[in-house]
Amino acid sequence: MATREYSFYPGCSSQKGASSSNYLVSVETMCEELDIKLNTIPDWNCCSASIGYAGGGELPRLTLSARNIALSEEHNPDQEIVATCAACWLSTKEAAERLNDDPDMMAEANIALAEAGLKLTNKTPIRHMAEVLVEDIGFDAIAAKVTKPLEGLKIAGYVGCQTNRPFGIAGESFENPVYLDKMVDALGADSVPDYEKKVQCCGGALAFSEPEKSQELIKGILESAYDHGADMIVTPCPVCQMNVEVYQGQINDTHGTKFDMPVLYYSQLMSVAFGRSAKDAALNGQIIKSKQLEEIAGK
Amino acid sequence: MNDLNTNMIEKYRNSFLNEVEANVEEGEWVKMCMQCGVCSGSCPLGNAWEHPPQELFMMIRAGKREEVLSSDSMWMCTSCYNCIVRCPREVPITHIMHGLAHYARRLGMEPKEQPTAKFAQLFWDNLMKKGRVNELKLGIDLYFKVGEGMKTALKNKDIGIAMWKAKRMNPMEFFGGHAVKDLNGFQKAIKKAEELEAARLDKHKA
Repeated sequence: MATREYSFYPGCSSQKGASSSNYLVSVETMCEELDIKLNTIPDWNCCSASIGYAGGGELPRLTLSARNIALSEEHNPDQEIVATCAACWLSTKEAAERLNDDPDMMAEANIALAEAGLKLTNKTPIRHMAEVLVEDIGFDAIAAKVTKPLEGLKIAGYVGCQTNRPFGIAGESFENPVYLDKMVDALGADSVPDYEKKVQCCGGALAFSEPEKSQELIKGILESAYDHGADMIVTPCPVCQMNVEVYQGQINDTHGTKFDMPVLYYSQLMSVAFGRSAKDAALNGQIIKSKQLEEIAGK
Repeated sequence: MNDLNTNMIEKYRNSFLNEVEANVEEGEWVKMCMQCGVCSGSCPLGNAWEHPPQELFMMIRAGKREEVLSSDSMWMCTSCYNCIVRCPREVPITHIMHGLAHYARRLGMEPKEQPTAKFAQLFWDNLMKKGRVNELKLGIDLYFKVGEGMKTALKNKDIGIAMWKAKRMNPMEFFGGHAVKDLNGFQKAIKKAEELEAARLDKHKA
């Protein structure tokens, strides 16, 4: 199988010393195993996620993503853009669609980009890593790479919001997507197909500005995973991962619960199942450690 | 009340709907709302909205300009996109909420001390400085400009320490931190986009 190449948009939170740096480490490991080459977009910038709207108007926000797409078209021509962060993917894909639909906005975005010596053609597909795994690689090829099946682990697939809506993965339902469960099964673990909080919002950026309201949502996501007997939660989204993992202590203090549920990225599960070390899977980036995964990685 | 706001009132005197259609992101969709309420029932923070989305849409049509723009309702949007995918009319509700919030902020009408309004502005200012978000500085700003200062910082110190131990937070980011290389080009491009957008609003005003 030939190496697949993509133009990669890693995003702010994946950088060294940032909140989802463990995601990037495990994605790099996973891609090595799956023969995927990620060519980072040179000098990419922040997409402003979905919280930049107070200060950023429509055109300035679209221009942020337009700059990234233009850089990709210049430096990684004919390569599809792939993002691992849900917000990065959503903002970039949304910007590409909006600019394609609105010639006036497209013309203005190009006037703005000309200030940086850039030009947007906007013909590049914008994809999420989950799409690459499901559509380009496929569950069978993923299963074929497994050398250490995650046997005996029950894993609740928490898809969250922005990997799932408004675009989602082709052929999947917004209300009950199953690709994450299929991924879990392909790695030899047991999925929780009836995990009813699989597309429940964690509060997103409002976890910072409205902590009480958001922690109510997070509590429900955790409770449901416990009710199903899950050993851990897996997610494709950096904000979901952080919100559901790091506030468990505060929720315990507020509600008298005893949550201690590891929350991992699919790329970490794959890295371990493909036989790589705990370090390569970035398990040291967990705040709530998964001893079970560490044991399998150490075997 | 700033000049832009006064000018907008002059121009659109009797039609807040026209004003929204001309100046708010995806505002031309507001009239398509058929008042079914699926958006409100689908919102994860639905119970926190004084005026849920379909009510805001009706208030816009009823000309309740002051009530809509000074409301803290649209600042409750978590950007989950439930409303968008469920709306039978495919109204881009999430984007209209962001657009209303931005327009209110532009006119200086957003509720003061609204935590998400403040955080969303800090986020934008933060990423504009270096072209990439500096999470450490954003966190410090969050505690001291949105939260209750040291009290909030202390409440969250265990999370900060845990993130630092897991190498997911770096105190050295305080000094510089990650940045785009062509910062000058980046800032010039966004500044130009802001000028073009302001000119478009001015044109509607004239």
